[in-house]
Amino acid sequence: MREITLSKAVNEAIAEEMRRDPNVFLLGEDVAEAGTPFKVLAGLVEEFGPKRVLDTPISEPGFVGIAVGAALTGSRPIVDLMFGDFLFLVMDQLCNQAAKACYMSGGKLNVPMVLRTNLGATRRSAAQHSQSLHALVAHIPGLKVALPSSAYEAKGLMKTAIRDNNPVVIFEDKLMYQDKAPVPEGEYLIPFGKANIKREGRDITLIGTSSMVQVAEKAADLLARDGISAEVIDPRTIVPLDEETILASVRKTSRAIVIDEGHQSYGITGEIASRISEKAFYYLDAPVLRMGAMDVPVPFSPALEDLTVPTPEAVAERARQSVRGELFHAA
Amino acid sequence: MAAKAAAKTGTQKGAQTGKAPKGNAEDYLRMYRQMARIRAFEDNANQLYLAGKMQGLTHMYSGQEAVAVGICEALTDADKITSTHRGHGHCVAKGADFTAMFCELLGKEEGYCRGKGGSMHIADQSHGNLGANAIVGGSMGIATGAALSAQLRGTDEVTVCFFGDGATAQGIWYEVMNMAALWNLPVIYACENNGYSEYTKTAEIAAGSLTARAEAFGIEAHKVDGQDVLAVNELTTKLVARARKGEGPFFIELDTYRYHGHHVGDINREYYRAKDEEAQWKTDRDPILNFGKWLTEQGVVTEDDLVAMNDEIRADAEAAVAYAEAAAYPGGHEVDMHVYVDSPELDAALRGQTAA
Repeated sequence: MREITLSKAVNEAIAEEMRRDPNVFLLGEDVAEAGTPFKVLAGLVEEFGPKRVLDTPISEPGFVGIAVGAALTGSRPIVDLMFGDFLFLVMDQLCNQAAKACYMSGGKLNVPMVLRTNLGATRRSAAQHSQSLHALVAHIPGLKVALPSSAYEAKGLMKTAIRDNNPVVIFEDKLMYQDKAPVPEGEYLIPFGKANIKREGRDITLIGTSSMVQVAEKAADLLARDGISAEVIDPRTIVPLDEETILASVRKTSRAIVIDEGHQSYGITGEIASRISEKAFYYLDAPVLRMGAMDVPVPFSPALEDLTVPTPEAVAERARQSVRGELFHAA
Repeated sequence: MAAKAAAKTGTQKGAQTGKAPKGNAEDYLRMYRQMARIRAFEDNANQLYLAGKMQGLTHMYSGQEAVAVGICEALTDADKITSTHRGHGHCVAKGADFTAMFCELLGKEEGYCRGKGGSMHIADQSHGNLGANAIVGGSMGIATGAALSAQLRGTDEVTVCFFGDGATAQGIWYEVMNMAALWNLPVIYACENNGYSEYTKTAEIAAGSLTARAEAFGIEAHKVDGQDVLAVNELTTKLVARARKGEGPFFIELDTYRYHGHHVGDINREYYRAKDEEAQWKTDRDPILNFGKWLTEQGVVTEDDLVAMNDEIRADAEAAVAYAEAAAYPGGHEVDMHVYVDSPELDAALRGQTAA
């Protein structure tokens, strides 16, 4: 199978959907000629023209609000938010408007909109261009949240997001844009709410999201050298969350670590760990561990920034402790 | 795009202020009826609240009827509006029915939003009402996006964005006016200046002139007497026709007055608004009384006809209230319905993929 970059996969997904459905259009800052600073959307304006690939002023609340209104009235906008950190600028339009229009109208209105943005630290971009804020939107009922972990997922999840009749926020890992993965030439969709078992194992379950799927896989390689068999699960979407696949895995392995690049406190890791503890408690042989980003703003200095995110070595070490039974009475 | 040429600002004079009646009596009577329906609706809603039969927050539209009716009578069902927390008037004017509205106010299953929206989110979506918004200024992006969508889909639909003077303090308005002007969107920003931003005089929260703010973006701006339904309707009709031809966007500032407090619980309000001022607007500038007087003077209708029409409307409203009070609440199983909507075409494609 051919291998393409995550960037190319997103581009293909959007182009295919824009060819299929004339109501799909793109808007955001520098999406047209510039193709975004990451060049993910390069070439789309040449094919679809400036009406469907619409450059906006630097007015995030305004153009996200415009996307909501367009989605309410027969269009299917893909709104590009250049950095995930800018979510704080658009929270009213996303969380008070897009997320609630369907419910507040008793199901008579709906918002088929995709907000594509990114997450991920270690790009030396400091505290306002490095955050992983998906937990914020996952907290709000009415939004769906997709976290592609490779080019394959990026394409399939984006196509599904565009066809979903609800507002979907899709976070790409900005450090993975140039990472290649096998992607079929033919069309495919990836269903929401269906986790992917990346690697089967029997001793411990590593649940990783987005960028942390790679970290979990590398940790599993390290653990294999020690004779520990780790199962790696990528939920692919956190809203909806495929609880069943996760629980089935933990019932088998009896141990779990949840790894996510959002801040550890009050985040995705806590949510998934809690569901495991509530629903698979009697199967557990060790406390479920959370590994998120440190609860600090992301620092610029490379010497500091690299300390803030989970690494394969750290995950492997915690997994060894779990398997060795060292987590009891550890406090 | 080039900024629009000379924007026009100045109070528009309508037929009510002197011109002989144009158009036909039917249009006038429909406008009168719609204004009277809004007033009757609000009087009943206020009573429901004061009697403890209605819970939550509600904001009366009484006094501002000529704005909603003058504008909505210039629109078709395909045209869109966005409404506000003070939105009952927009809802009635855009074609809603009393029964489903009172049911919504009381949280009943037969309400327009199945009881999930309530007073602040009430909307008859089937007539192009995109929802009442309880975030001040929250719908400005939505209205502008509806106009962009109309343009992209190649329709001639126009969107009117209703908002109050208080909302002019929200930054999103300036962001979306900029884009609407850049892209010539068919949107009309209708600012109902009722003199008060919640509990504060507009003069204390708004520097400079509101029309000048729109004009700064090259948007043609108008100021009109919001108590004169014909003046509002004449101006809006012209602007809607031009917006359909791609000459939008436009801005209208409508001078009007809110008879009640900010919300129904805002009873003792002399600390920010004098009773004399309220009495003066109600006596001299009431949009329904004055239009009714003009209609009788012009021989369009007799006073007896108007009394009969008002009696009929009041009876309709009371019947709708009685119906709503007796109507059923939604079943508890509806609490987690409508968080998401189904995506049948996507589901079919996914099933096809599994089968393949």
